[in-house]
Amino acid sequence: MGFVHQFWQLTIDGLMSGSLYAVIALGYTLVYGVLQLINFAHSEVFMLGAFGGLFAARELVNNFSDTPSGMASVGIVLVGLAVGALCGAAAAFTLERVAYRPLRKRNAPRLAYLISAIGASLFAVNMAGKLWERQNVTMELPFTNGTVFHVFSAEVNTKTLVIILVAAVMLVLLDTLVARTRLGQSIRAVAQDADTATLMGVNVERVILLTFIIGGLLAGAGGFLYAMTFSASNNMGFIPGVKAFTAAVLGGIGNVRGAMLGGIVLGLVESYGGYVFQASYKDVIAFLVLVLILMVRPTGLLGERLGRAA
Amino acid sequence: MSKHRAAGPGRAVLVPGGPGGESPAGDPGADLVVDARDLTLRFGGVTSLDGVTLRHHRGEILAVIGPNGAGKTSLFNCLTGAYKPQQGSVAFSPEPGRSHSIVGKTPHSITKLGVARTFQNIRLFPALSALENVQIGVEMRQRYGSIGAILGTPRMRREERSGVEKSIELLELVGLRHRVHELSASLPYGEQRRLEIARALGTGPKLLLLDEPAAGTNPSEKLELAELIRTIAGTGVSVLLIEHDMRLVMSVAANVTVLNFGRVIAHGTPAEVQRDPAVVEAYLGTQDDDSVGESDAPAGDLVGNGGTGRDQH
Amino acid sequence: MSTTSATPATPSVAPTPPPSQPGGAAALGRAAAAALFSLAGLRQLGVCVLIGLTLALMTGPNGKAAEPLGAVRHAILAPRIVTYLIIAAVLWLLIALWPLARPLWSMGQAAARGPVTAVAQQRFAPLGLNLALLIVAIIMPMFFSNAAVTWMVDGVGIYALLALGLNVVIGYAGMLDLGYIAFFAIGAYTTAYFTSKTAISAHFPVSLNPFFVFPIAFVLAAVAGVLLGAPTLRLRGDYLAIVTLGFGEIIQLIANNSHWTNGPRGAFGVPHLSIHLLGINYSWKLDPKPYYYLLLAIIVLVMIAFGRLERSRIGRAWAAIREDEIAAEATGVPTLRLKLLAFAIGASVSGFAGVLFASKQFFNPQIFSLQASFLVVTIVIFGGMGNRLGVVVGSVVLQGLAFYLRDKVPATDRFIYFGAVVIVMMIFRPQGIVPSRRRKREISLAEHGVGHADSLGSAPTSESGAR
Repeated sequence: MGFVHQFWQLTIDGLMSGSLYAVIALGYTLVYGVLQLINFAHSEVFMLGAFGGLFAARELVNNFSDTPSGMASVGIVLVGLAVGALCGAAAAFTLERVAYRPLRKRNAPRLAYLISAIGASLFAVNMAGKLWERQNVTMELPFTNGTVFHVFSAEVNTKTLVIILVAAVMLVLLDTLVARTRLGQSIRAVAQDADTATLMGVNVERVILLTFIIGGLLAGAGGFLYAMTFSASNNMGFIPGVKAFTAAVLGGIGNVRGAMLGGIVLGLVESYGGYVFQASYKDVIAFLVLVLILMVRPTGLLGERLGRAA
Repeated sequence: MSKHRAAGPGRAVLVPGGPGGESPAGDPGADLVVDARDLTLRFGGVTSLDGVTLRHHRGEILAVIGPNGAGKTSLFNCLTGAYKPQQGSVAFSPEPGRSHSIVGKTPHSITKLGVARTFQNIRLFPALSALENVQIGVEMRQRYGSIGAILGTPRMRREERSGVEKSIELLELVGLRHRVHELSASLPYGEQRRLEIARALGTGPKLLLLDEPAAGTNPSEKLELAELIRTIAGTGVSVLLIEHDMRLVMSVAANVTVLNFGRVIAHGTPAEVQRDPAVVEAYLGTQDDDSVGESDAPAGDLVGNGGTGRDQH
Repeated sequence: MSTTSATPATPSVAPTPPPSQPGGAAALGRAAAAALFSLAGLRQLGVCVLIGLTLALMTGPNGKAAEPLGAVRHAILAPRIVTYLIIAAVLWLLIALWPLARPLWSMGQAAARGPVTAVAQQRFAPLGLNLALLIVAIIMPMFFSNAAVTWMVDGVGIYALLALGLNVVIGYAGMLDLGYIAFFAIGAYTTAYFTSKTAISAHFPVSLNPFFVFPIAFVLAAVAGVLLGAPTLRLRGDYLAIVTLGFGEIIQLIANNSHWTNGPRGAFGVPHLSIHLLGINYSWKLDPKPYYYLLLAIIVLVMIAFGRLERSRIGRAWAAIREDEIAAEATGVPTLRLKLLAFAIGASVSGFAGVLFASKQFFNPQIFSLQASFLVVTIVIFGGMGNRLGVVVGSVVLQGLAFYLRDKVPATDRFIYFGAVVIVMMIFRPQGIVPSRRRKREISLAEHGVGHADSLGSAPTSESGAR
């Protein structure tokens, strides 16, 4: 069982976690783009989306006496994704309104935003712990998790396939949104120069709010995928959050395609690295990657391009 | 250092206009405090400085003029380490026979070598008092560290005391003795400009870079400013001055370098520069000016009868 | 919540007539009604109801994962909601009628403020206040139970010391360190390593007296701080926050997984502090009072030391960095080195506190959780960043309340309140309850666009192209 033998399996695993990181990283990168701020509470948006999606999907799964098949399971996953995304969006909306907007109105120093986001994160994590217990909450998969096909020696099972496919669709949708639509144009305008954007008639407040909501939709849906595969818990957001941020920096913060690339690369690096090192230290790899990028190439792989699609 | 050459004796080295100019290899024995050659600075696609060469003689007051966007502040930023030019060299010589390359050094280490500056849009420490603002500059040369501060060592007390004394002397020099304990943000505009000069002088510079020190000040303040600049130069500090107010430039500067579109288009005594056709054209401008208000005032100022004291910012 | 911070004045409100005039009451009533039932007033009502519901949830019963909406049902769709709706209504009246009451209030305040500032100008006043507080701190434990004094050491004192250290990072240098407790852990494990052969698997050949570990932990934590800060601080300051966050998590991960540290079991039997010097033999044992006085002495020394630092050229340079980093650099302040210094000083205080903690009691990796780091941040913010006394008061108030309400508020719920406190402070009083005068000035100037109030660095602008 050498590394070569494991290579393809590790690649598949890395792609799976990497695509999740990418989905979350977009939230960091988008908000960084428009506000030049790390949204420290983004991991809690992910967590709340995860709970929302998980509870909704679990409710549906429980209605079936055995594993639902065919269209039903597709439907359940879609409902989970939708509820997760909506919960994420609602959380992001509330976060922006409560923790950020009052400070923006006052033109508060940047430190204040970081601190108030920490407060929001602390609140959300512990509130969720109070409401839904401080433990891992799982659900039964709405589909049979069999091997779908092989890539060389590696098995690709249904779960992995669902995550990668859904994440890919979301990434493409977001890329199109930022690159092609009017809203995307506004987001890029605000990212480049908020003052000028205001003069050009862009409603900056609205763009900021929508940016949060888009990030929330993605993170919430990603949260559901995560919760469906592993579990949900009140402090589940932290580690994926730091990793997704690492992914955003790795790709070049503020750069949408960079965040996607960064997520995938980080997922792969971590997967290969986890094989080489002890599995319990797998989480350290992302951190080392973060410090390494900061030392070697702080602008990331694709460079910081605030306000450009790629 | 002794007074080498106060403002006055024109030592015109006319650098031919045109792209890049030839490196002024001539006058090799000149005692230059700044010898910047072929500086090129680009931001993405925009070239802010294009082969700029600047020779600043020790003790001289040299003015850099040019329309807005000509690259004057970029030049300052290259000399102080805020920007790193992609090409070119800057040699700074704090005293004859000693020379340092400045490109690539951090701003604070350049300040330590003896280059101090003020900013076009005043950058004081707003919540500190006037005295504390100057103290920051003075104290950068002090030696006591955090342990000395905590233990209250004799050296710390001594340095602390001498720092305050020197800062108050400098406030006196710029005419702010009566404002010592006032918050810098609460001072009137003209006084803030002078406070910024005092803070820069606090660092004990051999070269002082003033970025539009007269902007926003009234005519009588301008007279005082000219006097102050001459006094500073009189103590042996070389002064490099960016200024729009031509009357001030003409009254204090020994030499003038003119920038336009990131290039040196003329260099010489004020009188020579005034007559230079390239300069006149740059200011009267056949090109469309994005230079705010430059087109109306300086053309008149340049021939010395403008000087209405108005400023555009 | 946002609307409450907006100018709450309703345009229709006429200047308040003096209440003594005939018909004044009626006019006041009309103005009040106009304020309450205007669009803004009704929006405020909505916000207040939301706040009330949030409070109901916060104080409500715990829920179950099997029944996601159970807690909500028991907290909100229950008779107890009436209390919270009343709170919301009172809050609404206060907020909506504030513009009417403000003239009266500001008159009273102006009258009150005069003498207060006059006292503050006298240099003796703070000294007297400090002495009085010190005396209170000295005699306090005599009136408390053992459990309370134990908490005054573990809960209040240690966190006050930690907050003093973190205050150097947040308050003086204007940066954010979210993994602060990691250095505390470094101090604690260093103590276990050096003082005992059995506390954890790894041990030093010779067992030292814990007192000798103070300098070792101090230096080790500072070195760790420099190693962590050096690569990060060159960049935008907000990266420091997330790097320290990751670092804090990793230290806990290592503590939990390494067999050197005994993993999740933690360290047992680190010897207590003891002095054997010049014929004096004294040991700190199980009684919390001696620890309390030792800690109090250390806190007072640290406060004096940091006060001197703050008033020295180092402290002024930190202020310069906070207010305008570019100007500071141009004035010859080595900004990177000074930020690193602040970070290292903060780290070493945390390491120092770790030694004290480890020599007192058993510890395991759970103590060094992310939440502990956040708690220190909360204390600094609540107390008043940049004010030494403020952060100590912050620890006394927050941790004191936590102890006082230990039977009413479950320990696990505490952080809900801490989170809420942080947000509320940032919205309404970013300078904290005992503000540093300079910090307060900076924040208010920064909000008016003059200078900055932190050293998070500017966002990448055109400059980054040339750098």
